[in-house]
Amino acid sequence: MKYVVIDTPLHNIDGPAKVTGAAQYTFDITLPNMLYGKILRSPHPHAKILNIETSKAERLIGVKAVVTGKDTLGVKQGIWRRYKELCDEEILAREKVRYIGEPVAAVAAVDEDVAEEALSLIEVEYEPLPAVFDPMEAIKEGAPQIHEGVERNINVTRHIEWGDVDEGFKQADYIREDWFKVSGQAHVCMETHCAVASFGHDGKLTVWTSTQSPYYIQVLLAWTLGLKESDVRVISRYVGGGFGSKFELDSAQFCAALLSMKLRRPVKIVLTREEEFTATKRRTPMYYYVKTGVKKDGTFVAKECRVFTDGGAYTSMGATALYLTGFFQSFPYKWPSYRYDGYRVYTNTMPSSAMRGFGAPQATFVSEVQIDMIAEDLGIDPIEIRRKNGMTPNYEVPGQATIRSCGLHQCLDKIEEWIKSRGKLPPNRGIGIAAYGFMSGGIFNWFDTPYAFSAAMVKINIDGKVDLYVGAQDMGQGANTTLSMICAEELGVRLEDIRLHTADTAVAPVDLGAWGSRETLMAGNAVKMAAAEAKRQLLEFAAAKLGPNIVYDLDIKDRWVHLVARPERGLSYYEVVRDAIRGRDGQPIIGRGHYTPHRKGMISPAYSFGVQAVEAEVDPETGKITLLNVVTAHDCGQVINPLGVRGQLEGAIAMAAGYGFTEDLPMDNGKILNPNLVDYKILRATDMPETEVIEIPTYEPEGPFGAKEAGEGLTNPTAAALANAVYNAVGVRIKELPVTAEKVLRALKEKKEGKKKEG
Amino acid sequence: MEKLPLRITVNGQPYELCVKPKTLLVEVIRDHLGLTGTKRGCNSGACGACTVLVNGVSVKSCSVLALQVDGAEILTVEGLAQGEKLHPLQKAFLDEGAYQCGFCTPGMLMSAKALLDENPKPTREEIREGIHGNLCRCTGYNSIVRAIAAVAEGKYEEGE
Repeated sequence: MKYVVIDTPLHNIDGPAKVTGAAQYTFDITLPNMLYGKILRSPHPHAKILNIETSKAERLIGVKAVVTGKDTLGVKQGIWRRYKELCDEEILAREKVRYIGEPVAAVAAVDEDVAEEALSLIEVEYEPLPAVFDPMEAIKEGAPQIHEGVERNINVTRHIEWGDVDEGFKQADYIREDWFKVSGQAHVCMETHCAVASFGHDGKLTVWTSTQSPYYIQVLLAWTLGLKESDVRVISRYVGGGFGSKFELDSAQFCAALLSMKLRRPVKIVLTREEEFTATKRRTPMYYYVKTGVKKDGTFVAKECRVFTDGGAYTSMGATALYLTGFFQSFPYKWPSYRYDGYRVYTNTMPSSAMRGFGAPQATFVSEVQIDMIAEDLGIDPIEIRRKNGMTPNYEVPGQATIRSCGLHQCLDKIEEWIKSRGKLPPNRGIGIAAYGFMSGGIFNWFDTPYAFSAAMVKINIDGKVDLYVGAQDMGQGANTTLSMICAEELGVRLEDIRLHTADTAVAPVDLGAWGSRETLMAGNAVKMAAAEAKRQLLEFAAAKLGPNIVYDLDIKDRWVHLVARPERGLSYYEVVRDAIRGRDGQPIIGRGHYTPHRKGMISPAYSFGVQAVEAEVDPETGKITLLNVVTAHDCGQVINPLGVRGQLEGAIAMAAGYGFTEDLPMDNGKILNPNLVDYKILRATDMPETEVIEIPTYEPEGPFGAKEAGEGLTNPTAAALANAVYNAVGVRIKELPVTAEKVLRALKEKKEGKKKEG
Repeated sequence: MEKLPLRITVNGQPYELCVKPKTLLVEVIRDHLGLTGTKRGCNSGACGACTVLVNGVSVKSCSVLALQVDGAEILTVEGLAQGEKLHPLQKAFLDEGAYQCGFCTPGMLMSAKALLDENPKPTREEIREGIHGNLCRCTGYNSIVRAIAAVAEGKYEEGE
């Protein structure tokens, strides 16, 4: 057997706590003498704040403090710290509000009811300003200016280009131009954003919060509150979902901390479900223009895109989504020439930002639908056109990225086999496919951290048990288990020998957190390095007894220290640990590891790939779509925990199918119309199709044991494959997400009428 | 608002409390008794994270006043395991990886228990219907369906 621990379906190490109700989330924390906070939010999409009168609220019995922007340092913060102009969001607005839901004041009181009542006693005098809600309107000359000095509300622009695009189009036999519109999406974490902040008379702040990146929150709180980073401790042991919504500073964290600093008492703030929908962040909606040139035989020669993203009121992580949608629009194909111009435009709506896939699901929908249209126009099989142009191992995206492992072609083969096995489908049923790729963590450092991107420490105790310290964050995706498995495999012990110390900035080394699918590869590499260093120290002691030529001839597997060439010759791991610790003046064995990508291109050290087929049925009378099967051929390199990967895959399908056909955030003058779980429709158990996963084994040289990402990429293909399935079922092409029953029905009607006219 | 007496049994333990008439069952469970395994995800009965059993019937505890269940027997997720022995559904959830962030898991387990108590041999469709009222944003439900089916198929019966 090659591996003892990894590649085995193992229980999640947090599982026992989660299935017994013992897991304590931030939502569950109560501290002695704790107060409860509530936040007052703007009812206007765009308005000047003339005055805030808080005295009535302060006089209400049970109210302990009221804070407004005047009580802050007025820091305009943001996650792109390297660019001052992109740090544009004060958590408590002082002069102006820019979206409905923007915080303007916060109250701490003895309970939530009193705090809520106090909010109604705060009088805010606004001067409403003209507002703009659509990026195509906001970018026009004369549109209301949302941020001082930002012309035409253009927040960020991005240009990506390689090859000679104009020459490429000259050589094309066929050119297709399309506009697409892709929608926003709410993250819908089951645990809403929440924080418990406690600032003591010692001048130190502790914040328990539901976050994907304790380190980011530590730094951002220190910056906005005027504290030293090390005087801020952030703890996030169990996190009830993240999906990209929880790695920026949020109003619960900031207001709870500000109130606690004023009162020297713990303050807890939990956002309501409505606040979660209207006053956090969302997936970035986009208008997408794509022009594609191909040869008669389907060979891609040139692609040009212009994208206008609805940025909402602030930059947040939306600048990254603008970049990544541009890059992943080219995926997973070999474009000899490519040009992307992206514009992120401010509007008076809730800011858009990161959400699982981070711009790539939008790109994949656009690209994969258009490729199907081109294939049909040219009479080429959809699998064949993807095969002809698909990336292969060691391909260089000119000036951008190097692809190392790539199982795309095997994925295409497997999906082709599956489609053939389905035979002829009944009427109104269709199979659509989409191919995709994604990054395994970003190499960019817009946050401007001086630390390594990931770090880990391994400590071996006298009984052979191992303490693993790592700052990576588990938000349900299973990073804690994955990283413990990597540690156990490298060190040669079992999973139950590892005790993990994480999710606490005072204990764990810095890690940038769980976003961009970075933990398995980046934190995994740091953990593997730390474990390897600890192992080497053990082997130095074992070498004296086992007498190999050099120490590298020794290894440890399943608690057995042995000669690699003659595994039966060895020593008990426990014996070696005891010798090593005694021989070192009683010091435990400590190994340290770190990882920061260098010279790995512009985007990521490694890329996952996959192809997904969606089989759907459309009711021609109502337009209703039913998902029947989703089959995914998936290359995530070496699988670490098969149980975890399957969970990621099935969960991604549910979320991405929701993006494809049921989830939407309609607005009326900037007000979200469906901010609840009845009207905002995420998939329920009865909506979920059968799912099948075909793992394509590859070895990624950049990843620990050959592993790469398996978290976000899986959200990329489903909306596109679903839209293609709908077309193949009933012949209507929907270029605007979500592909709702209403849109399908309207298109069917138009198609019928068009035929009549022609007839 | 005058407080009124409330007698309930939770996980076999009788309690005598005094609560305001508007107090929700979920507030009694979480805030008065400190049983934080039961979650709240929406406060409108839409997500099912607060599901508990009241006299054996699954109830969304954010949608029921505590005084409405005066005298009732309540079972929460903390009452599923018996000492060191996990409930078969808990074992199956571990084996199938039928949870990720875990926030919906307590409610999901209680709905699953109510389903199997009433219908010990459900079809896959009946399982999906049985957890229709419980939202999960992480798993895509299929691992949960497999876990419940494994229990229904007798995989975790005693003596094996």
